[in-house]
Amino acid sequence: MTETVLSVNHISKSFGGIHAVRDVSFEVSRGEVLGLIGPNGSGKSTLFNCVLGQLRPDKGDVHINGHRVANMRASHLNKLGVGRTFQQLSVFPQMSVLDNIILAGQEHHGTMASRLFGPSDAGLTEEADRMIAFFRLEHLRDEMAGSLSYGQQKLVDAAMAFMAGPSLVLLDEPAGGVNLTMLANLKERLETYNREHDTTFVVIEHNMEFVMSLCTRIIVLAEGAIIAEGTPEEIRSNQQVIDAYLGG
Amino acid sequence: MSRKHILFAAIALLLLIFVPMGQKNYIIYVLTSWLMFSIAAMGLNLTLGYAGQISLAQASFMGIGAYITALVTLAGYHWVLGWIAAMGATFVIGLLLGYPALRVQHHFLAFVTLAFNTLVFLVLRNEEWLTGGSHGLVGMPRPDFFGISTGKNLEFYYFVLVLFVISALVFSWIVHSPWGRAFKALRENPVRAESLGVDTRRITLLAFAIGSAFGGGAGAIMTPLVQFIEPGSFGLIHSLKILLMVVVGGAGFYYGPMLGAAVVILLPELLRFTEGYYLMIYAAMVIVLMVYSPGGLIGLGHKIMARVRPKKEVRKDMAKGAQL
Repeated sequence: MTETVLSVNHISKSFGGIHAVRDVSFEVSRGEVLGLIGPNGSGKSTLFNCVLGQLRPDKGDVHINGHRVANMRASHLNKLGVGRTFQQLSVFPQMSVLDNIILAGQEHHGTMASRLFGPSDAGLTEEADRMIAFFRLEHLRDEMAGSLSYGQQKLVDAAMAFMAGPSLVLLDEPAGGVNLTMLANLKERLETYNREHDTTFVVIEHNMEFVMSLCTRIIVLAEGAIIAEGTPEEIRSNQQVIDAYLGG
Repeated sequence: MSRKHILFAAIALLLLIFVPMGQKNYIIYVLTSWLMFSIAAMGLNLTLGYAGQISLAQASFMGIGAYITALVTLAGYHWVLGWIAAMGATFVIGLLLGYPALRVQHHFLAFVTLAFNTLVFLVLRNEEWLTGGSHGLVGMPRPDFFGISTGKNLEFYYFVLVLFVISALVFSWIVHSPWGRAFKALRENPVRAESLGVDTRRITLLAFAIGSAFGGGAGAIMTPLVQFIEPGSFGLIHSLKILLMVVVGGAGFYYGPMLGAAVVILLPELLRFTEGYYLMIYAAMVIVLMVYSPGGLIGLGHKIMARVRPKKEVRKDMAKGAQL
């Protein structure tokens, strides 16, 4: 039996007279890589924020690992096993790469008191080094994150999302502004992580090539509703999807 | 802490031990004031420099600490009790002052803390039955420890030096712990920090509480140092002075507040030979520094070192070609 990590049940959300999300339901199983695509204004970000508990849906609810997440603070969600990346760069620029990665794991180790009285690295240097090596950032370990290139910072951002060993990772436009070589590297790392740890991904992305090659299942939103759902091959040939993107 | 830092700290400590020897009382008093204000500025550096929360109320915490210590010692109890009570009370009050920071930020938060400083000043001035009002409190004794007196100025200086070293060690311990990392994360990107499990509410409150307790501890030193306290010593202008120490020294740098306190306390004294012009020269120097180095003196030092030393190759990946 497949284990459901994320369950979205009949979510609707309106802003004034605009129906941003209309009765959207789907489930994501353990190890699945789900892509969430749609033209601009299709409701992807609103849905994403409802899933992350940052927006309270007008109707319906979201469960992650069996917990209802409405209005849950991001730090609590993270403790439930949810990692995420942001559309914009979101590393801590005046901290080293190593410190960025350690920070991403330290709140999951020990208590508030042990984080004051215990070792300064919270006992995480070895684990952080493994994560740094996984994303091939060893040569940048002690550099200030803010001094890295855009692509390198994207990798650090991804490494941070994985540091606490999440069961679900939400990736918000991971390919945005990233060059092709780096994108191939990022995709390969994400696939490897997914294979090795059976981690569930939900990816919002505009880069069709990236999302079609990374995801095992894709949901297409248009005007706040699901218009298609299926494998990348099925989505590619779906006339409704083609119409939504081409405005037909 | 690296070997270089330990060596630097050891040399600085030796200087602090030997410099006041044979000096006149006034010089010793100025040096003691510098150490005391360094402790208060360390606290503000934690709140502002590390955690990124603006506070214009540090002098009010010094005031609360000074008055609590004065009342405790005038009641006949030992100074240590007053010191513990001062730090405990300012920790709790700082925690409460941190709550507005959960709702407002930047200049709005500055106004909240400014109002708090004014409120404390008014309480100290108006509640005569407790604080002596505008006349203040006088006659607080300097403490003895196991028969060792701190009554003379040089003895008191060494007593404050011990407290300064303890404060600096505690400060170092906090900022190099995972808490310190969480404080910096709060300053640099609170939304990202929260998404990584950092309880930013708790960390914000702690930044205020710990920073305020350092202020309270400095106030507890002021009481036996001057042996006369009055509300005017803890007005807004003094909070701005402590803010200036942090900013001039370098907010967010470990040695920033100590260096900044040295500039604010010692430099005007060194410039006294210019007679009536010393405050103008001092003000002009601060303006020039802030224009050219918003990172303060330590930031300026880093800039100079970056020019002197060959540039570090950050994009080391390019050595093997464009991999990323």
